[in-house]
Amino acid sequence: MPHATNFVDATTADGYLLVLAIVLPVIGILLSLALGGRFIERITLALLLAGVCVAIAIFAAVRRSDQLLVYIVGDWQPPLGIALRADGISAAMILTIAVIVCAIGLYARSEFGQQGGKATRASFAFWTLLLGIWSGLNAVALGDDLFNLYVALELLTFAAVPLVCVKGYEETIRAALRYMLFALIGSILYLLGTALIYGAYGTLDIALLADRVRPEPAAWAAAALMTAGLLAKTALFPLHLWLPPAHAGAPAPGSAVLSALVVKGSFILIVRLWFDAMPGLLTFTAAQLLATLGAGAVLFGSVLALRQARLKLLVAYSTIAQIGYLFFIFPLAGGDSGNELGASIAWTGGWLQLFSHAFAKTAMFMAAGLIAEALGHDRIAEFGGIARTLPITVIAFGLAGLSLMGVPPSGGFVAKWMLLSATVIEGQWWWAAVMLIGGLLAGGYVFMVIGKALGKNAALTLRVPIARHREILVLTVALCAVFLGLVPLQPSDFLAIGRPEMQMTALQ
Amino acid sequence: MSSAALYGYCGAILVGLGLYGVIARPEILRKILAFNVLGTGVFLLFGVFARRGAEAGLRADPVPQALVITGIVVAFSATALAVALLIRLNKDTGEVVIASDDSAESGKQRVRQ
Amino acid sequence: MTLAFACEIVLAGLLLAIATWTITARTAFAAIAVFMVYGLLLSIVWVTLSSVDVALTEAAIGGGVTSMVLLGAASALRGSKGAVASLSLPFKITAGMLCALVAAALATVVFFLPDVAPTLAPVAKENLAASALGNPVAAVLFVFRALDTLLEKVVLLLALVGVWSLSSDRAWGGVPELRLYKSPSPILVFLAQILPPIGIIVGIYMFWAGASQPGGAFQGGTVLAAMWLLTMMARLQDVPSTNAPWLRLLLVVGPMAFLAAGLAGFYFADSFLAYPPSIAKPLIIVVEATLTVSIGVTLALLVAGPPEKVPQQ
Repeated sequence: MPHATNFVDATTADGYLLVLAIVLPVIGILLSLALGGRFIERITLALLLAGVCVAIAIFAAVRRSDQLLVYIVGDWQPPLGIALRADGISAAMILTIAVIVCAIGLYARSEFGQQGGKATRASFAFWTLLLGIWSGLNAVALGDDLFNLYVALELLTFAAVPLVCVKGYEETIRAALRYMLFALIGSILYLLGTALIYGAYGTLDIALLADRVRPEPAAWAAAALMTAGLLAKTALFPLHLWLPPAHAGAPAPGSAVLSALVVKGSFILIVRLWFDAMPGLLTFTAAQLLATLGAGAVLFGSVLALRQARLKLLVAYSTIAQIGYLFFIFPLAGGDSGNELGASIAWTGGWLQLFSHAFAKTAMFMAAGLIAEALGHDRIAEFGGIARTLPITVIAFGLAGLSLMGVPPSGGFVAKWMLLSATVIEGQWWWAAVMLIGGLLAGGYVFMVIGKALGKNAALTLRVPIARHREILVLTVALCAVFLGLVPLQPSDFLAIGRPEMQMTALQ
Repeated sequence: MSSAALYGYCGAILVGLGLYGVIARPEILRKILAFNVLGTGVFLLFGVFARRGAEAGLRADPVPQALVITGIVVAFSATALAVALLIRLNKDTGEVVIASDDSAESGKQRVRQ
Repeated sequence: MTLAFACEIVLAGLLLAIATWTITARTAFAAIAVFMVYGLLLSIVWVTLSSVDVALTEAAIGGGVTSMVLLGAASALRGSKGAVASLSLPFKITAGMLCALVAAALATVVFFLPDVAPTLAPVAKENLAASALGNPVAAVLFVFRALDTLLEKVVLLLALVGVWSLSSDRAWGGVPELRLYKSPSPILVFLAQILPPIGIIVGIYMFWAGASQPGGAFQGGTVLAAMWLLTMMARLQDVPSTNAPWLRLLLVVGPMAFLAAGLAGFYFADSFLAYPPSIAKPLIIVVEATLTVSIGVTLALLVAGPPEKVPQQ
């Protein structure tokens, strides 16, 4: 497939913003270590504010120029040097990351706040690791060199794993170790694939690879190995075993960033691999195989979520299920789907699913955290009466649940509607069946929680009072997921910037 | 068979051996050790491609060499972090393998926020 | 079949045999001891592959500090009486077949490699003069792909943050306990008195020479870390408290200098991580010097582990 005619291989005017997006959190990490963790909370929040501005600037620049933002680092052209590139997807991703991490930072102030800037183990660890995750996510979204992306993935992993056990409880250490082992195997398999690609094509730059890669054994082996490794990190069924204990065991702000963003990092790479680096390799069989695993995740995760007695585990299994939806992008928008309209709709729908799930899952884990703080436990059966004492939180949980179920108004509804339309247009109706069942099951577990929360219990007393502003914060994040539903039911031009092969035709 | 190809097969077998060690040995320390063997196999493959890329007066392509050096450092930090987690787990529970969640969760009522 | 090739076959065979021994050894200590030998053999293999920089790094980090970390773990786990049930035979056979499949796939790829290999050596050679360095691998690491190296330094520091986060709340900011020896043997003390002066000179030389010959910040830094660890294990020097300001400063001075040079590139050289040609070489040497120190301190602290002794007030 011929590559972009708007292929830009020189630094564009606003390209320096891409460097800033990666470097700002790094400055924070270095300051944190230099100061021994003192004032790290304030430093992080200041950097997050700056980061949101940078993200908005990147988004605006991409929208205004209707082209990729490119930055050639050090002025050394690929294949010798490294390029950073931001297309529409990356710009939207950077903005989502910045806003969500900022919200999580504000939410975490009560649990990990520092009085007068004094450092403790937990506050030092949490804020520094959060900065590391932010930097890694930005580097994954902007990188266009396979080895640079490997280092970014490792950055993400090393920051995410200790976050799981930052409170030090025994079962979280076990969960963190299991996560670490899965992540290590995933990274090394990815690196192995990278080695094969370099050996076969002499470059690791994704834009250059798009022209050089041919369907031959070396490319197939590399694609298979890298995908296997990245699937382990994305926790796609059947490699999902590490996720529930890790995401449920982490402190609430940690669970939010892990479920909403960290697992999506490796997913972005899978898409870049199959759609950008090796477009000729996405055959019908490969795409159907990936989507089958996704379907398994949707069904398996949703059913297991229904069986959970603890809220955080329920939300973690729900993450496994919602990640499955993302993999329907492959057969529906993949090169062999043969239908441009369907492909562009599926592309928009899939990415919208990622963004709206990110906001919805953040809100859900934040809400779960508030409830657990208030009650001292998160056993769903004993939630009776919580709707009266924490109404805003329960409303936020419900709104986030709308996205998971695919019910209007919500970003999740638009996303799933578009994916469903794509399955109809392309005649791959079997995925539609899975999506509908998944939606029903999601409704099941969301209403299970809401129903219990609405139950009567006059004797309910809160262990700890919850500040109103924290509930409002959670509601705001949930409303973001809802506002994504105001996006028109059309293939998005913005998400197609930088991808000329996606002809965005309007949905009739 | 050139010497580069010889080491290529060697690297392929090392990857298989390391992967087997990671999957099939229950003790976590042995898994970490096998992960290191797996890593050296991957690096060796990079090295084979570096050797094959000898040109322009250079005896080996410098780019894969630089990638391997970075990879070795990253693999070491991964080992150090995994070992620290393992030692901590062992100090708290005495385990040297990762217990399945059922056996470990029994009786744990404490809730995490 | 030349003599050289025959030697290489023997070397490769030995490598595979030792790797198998590491995986299948009965006790952890045996496996780690064999792993050390494996690391050293591997560095010889790297020399035969004409990658001397990598050989130095593998010997120092792969065979050296990694083995130290693993030995520390083995000794910490030694008293554990945790029951270890071996995995079932069908599982092991399936795993074995899967791994054999992967190995076979890789061997097939190697077999079908084209005669003419794609390579970046000519491009690197062309730009070597512009990079102001004589060692092409150092040029790739610190000039052409400097972003990778910068991010990798951050990865190293984050790993250290992760390790430190595993201390208890009370011991936070305290002193790591290097758990290898309760009372160091006289031989260790003797070595720790003799080797460090030589080792420090070797480490500094490796970094200094790395600009034009094999060597560099990573290799030199690791040797410095090893010397420091030696003196700490022999109790000739105290393990520093993790809250010590000088320690934290040494940790970040390298990455900070690197980042500062990179950001200065925006103004003086038109691009992030570009160096102005007139001062490129001195600038890179200074940045590499600070990186050598930071890498040494970071690696040593990663081996030392999380703080365990409560800090003195």
